[in-house]
Amino acid sequence: MNLDSAFSALADPTRRAILARLAHGEATVMELAEPFEMSQPAISQHLKVLEDAGLIMRRIEGARRPRRLAKGGIEAMDQWLAMLRKALEKNYDRLDQVLADMEVPKKRRGDKR
Amino acid sequence: MSKLTLKAEGDTHIVVTRRFAAPPEAVYRAHTDPKLVQKWMLGPEGWTMPVCINEAKPGGKIRYEWTNGKGRGFSLTGEFLELEPFTRIVHVERMHLPETTPDNHIETRFERDGSGTLMTMRMTLPDAQTRKAMLATGMESGMEASYARLEGMIQ
Repeated sequence: MNLDSAFSALADPTRRAILARLAHGEATVMELAEPFEMSQPAISQHLKVLEDAGLIMRRIEGARRPRRLAKGGIEAMDQWLAMLRKALEKNYDRLDQVLADMEVPKKRRGDKR
Repeated sequence: MSKLTLKAEGDTHIVVTRRFAAPPEAVYRAHTDPKLVQKWMLGPEGWTMPVCINEAKPGGKIRYEWTNGKGRGFSLTGEFLELEPFTRIVHVERMHLPETTPDNHIETRFERDGSGTLMTMRMTLPDAQTRKAMLATGMESGMEASYARLEGMIQ
């Protein structure tokens, strides 16, 4: 999986929503197009980007071409959640410091500022 | 000591917990005083919050704007619904990335825990679909930031 193109692919909200849908099982283009106010060709274009990025795969089943998440897709999403956690952790580590700084002047000279 | 937990609950909730060494009064203040919020609610290294409006009263407005100083930015707006000093804050917020995310209703509780505080932040999304999308987009929020940073790293 090309990380760079995977993340570019993930930069679009429709494509992220498509991945969210596929996280719950495979779906056809028609099923994927349904929740969006978008034509099937437009959705197909998004699917192509996701596929080229190695995030989704297609299966051939008669005339149907259901898409599903590629393993890398799932990992990318896990990674995303991990990033959220990381950002929150970073925030709260910083807050620890802010809180520590609030305590000190209070003890020394009755924090009035 | 202060391990963060983040988990999905039911169909529409996300619950985050975190312990702090400081008492609830201080942690509450750090969430309601814009000068303090501006110091820590920044996401990954390198981002700043040049605009921080935080009117901590029922109906009061929230507006945070973040920038990485290199032309990338995003914002969050919201309203305070309920405030119980120093134990509870209820507010609603949405991100502008620039597309606007659905409203996220958040109750934040600060409980005394020994000499420190246990904070529990319970987010409620309008429906299961939205939460799914939110988790899938990594609750992109600050995360657009991490993401921008990651993009820089992988180039």
